Amino acid sequence: MDATFLLQLVINGLVVGSIYALVATGFVIIFKSSSALNLAQGEFLMVGAYISLHLMVSHKAPFLVAFLGTMIFSALLGFLIERVMLRPLLDSPVISVIMVTLGLASVLKALLQMIFGSDTLPFPEIFPTVPVQIGPVPVSQGYLYSVACVTILLAALSLFFKHTRTGLAMRATASNRQTALSMGISVKRMFALSWGIAAMVSAIGGILLGAIRGGIDMSLAHMGLKVLPVVILGGMDSIAGAVLGGLVIGLLESFCGGYLDPLVGGGVKEVAPYIALVLILMFHPSGLLGSKRIERM
Amino acid sequence: MNTLPPQIRADMALFKSTAERWASIAFLACLLTMPLYASSYLLDVVNRIGIFVIAALGLNILTGFTGLISLGNAAFMAIGAFGATWLATRTGLNFIFCIPLAGLITAGLGMVVGIPSLRLRGLYLAMATLAAHFIVEFLTVHWESVTGGVSGRSVPPPSLAGITLDDDRTLFYLIYTLVVLLLLFASNLFRSRVGRAFIAIRDQEMSASVMGINVFRYKLTSFGISSFYAGVAGALMACQAKIISSETFPISIAIDSLAMIIIGGLGSIIGSIFGAVFLTVLPELLRGATTALSGSFPALTGKLAALKDLIFGMLIICFLIFEPHGLAAIWKRIKRMLAGG
Repeated sequence: MDATFLLQLVINGLVVGSIYALVATGFVIIFKSSSALNLAQGEFLMVGAYISLHLMVSHKAPFLVAFLGTMIFSALLGFLIERVMLRPLLDSPVISVIMVTLGLASVLKALLQMIFGSDTLPFPEIFPTVPVQIGPVPVSQGYLYSVACVTILLAALSLFFKHTRTGLAMRATASNRQTALSMGISVKRMFALSWGIAAMVSAIGGILLGAIRGGIDMSLAHMGLKVLPVVILGGMDSIAGAVLGGLVIGLLESFCGGYLDPLVGGGVKEVAPYIALVLILMFHPSGLLGSKRIERM
Repeated sequence: MNTLPPQIRADMALFKSTAERWASIAFLACLLTMPLYASSYLLDVVNRIGIFVIAALGLNILTGFTGLISLGNAAFMAIGAFGATWLATRTGLNFIFCIPLAGLITAGLGMVVGIPSLRLRGLYLAMATLAAHFIVEFLTVHWESVTGGVSGRSVPPPSLAGITLDDDRTLFYLIYTLVVLLLLFASNLFRSRVGRAFIAIRDQEMSASVMGINVFRYKLTSFGISSFYAGVAGALMACQAKIISSETFPISIAIDSLAMIIIGGLGSIIGSIFGAVFLTVLPELLRGATTALSGSFPALTGKLAALKDLIFGMLIICFLIFEPHGLAAIWKRIKRMLAGG
């Protein structure tokens, strides 16, 4: 019983953690390229989930078509937001950038609520529903597909950043804006691209989450704030750190939910990542894999 | 003070001109007679404005004047509210004395949260305070002996000279006495050494410390003063709400407070007032407008909350892009226009 329960918790933690990893990757891409803290990441995720749901249900689009449509929409949304909201605020104080993304979060959430209503909408089954046995534990196939998707996607992203011209240009922009500019890289285009990629990656997270949960509502936006403990743990400017952080925070939540919540009557699962965040900020603010360069006196 | 050159003395004056002094007095007179003729709905809104003026002012001291970003204002308000209620029910102390005491408790805890600010800046501090919010929220749900948990606690009404302050009319005087006191304190703070140290830290931390300002101590002081304001605002909110629970102080209140000082004007006292008035009145106007239009557009009523969020978000974005100094800057421009004839 105990070992089974433990295995169940580990699997749940890793699955949720892999989606955290995905959304956190989007966050880190934006932070690295333009040092903006995007608090609307959770709303990007929601946009992805709702748009794909809308395409599949109202327009009867097959999953792949809906998926492509969602990707295009998210990318355009990312470009648009960067162009309209972030670029005028380039080089303004940190608080302006944080607040503009909070404003954006409010706008996106409100628009979704006006269009789709605030009731939970059932999400179409895109993965087979028969569970698979892993040892003694039955695991939903959606979980496995979702972990596979995340792994493939992260591998693709890492290839993109290591081996393509655009990916290299984005990394150059991240490491030194001035030098990148003098080498002929269009820094503006790189900023736009990073917002587009972040929006797409989060949208995929939203679709996977919708498929796993079987329904979507406004509470999906909470995922956006969960990203903060993940990136702080991993290190704000490291994609590998975001992945590692995502998995660790996923496991932490899962264990706290499984072992501590029954003792105190719930809620530990939700608060544990934030306690971790405070501790990491106090004792090791650069996180697991982040660079040591941190703003301090 | 009398030895200072007239230019500096004029700069340091509380009111910049006689006209401004009289206008302020006239405005105050209008405000203070309000309970005599205003409806209970209007008074309720006006009281809420007062509470949020205090909350926004507190946040502006920390964020606008000292440059420390905080998403923890709702948590500090919650500490003030639960602290005051716990003191009043536990010790039987008149709630009126619990308000400043709660402010002090909040100031103490605020400084504890502020300790990481020695090491953290900018967005790291924003995240630490956001985490603090969620931790406080967890405690309000689970520390039932103090907070009453999900079911909440009823707030004993304050009383003064035998009068129980339990309706909007009497609470009005309590709230606005504190608003005026705290406004005066804040305006005087920024004419003092401490306030100027805050501004120096905000503008250039390194230079401030080179000039002999103890950055750590002043940052903590700023956290303390700001949390005191938030605690008092929270305790007053408890008085007004009469029952408080873990759901009275959601994260949206912290975001609203930040929006108030952004829209009102960062680092501006009058801006805090403008922001609090604007963002408290706006939802009421929207509600009025949707009720009026519900005859012709019945679908609108159900979307009121979303509509409010939409306009709220758009306002934040537009102010940040087009008027980063907020309503206070617009107000200055209008005054200059009037003065120039």
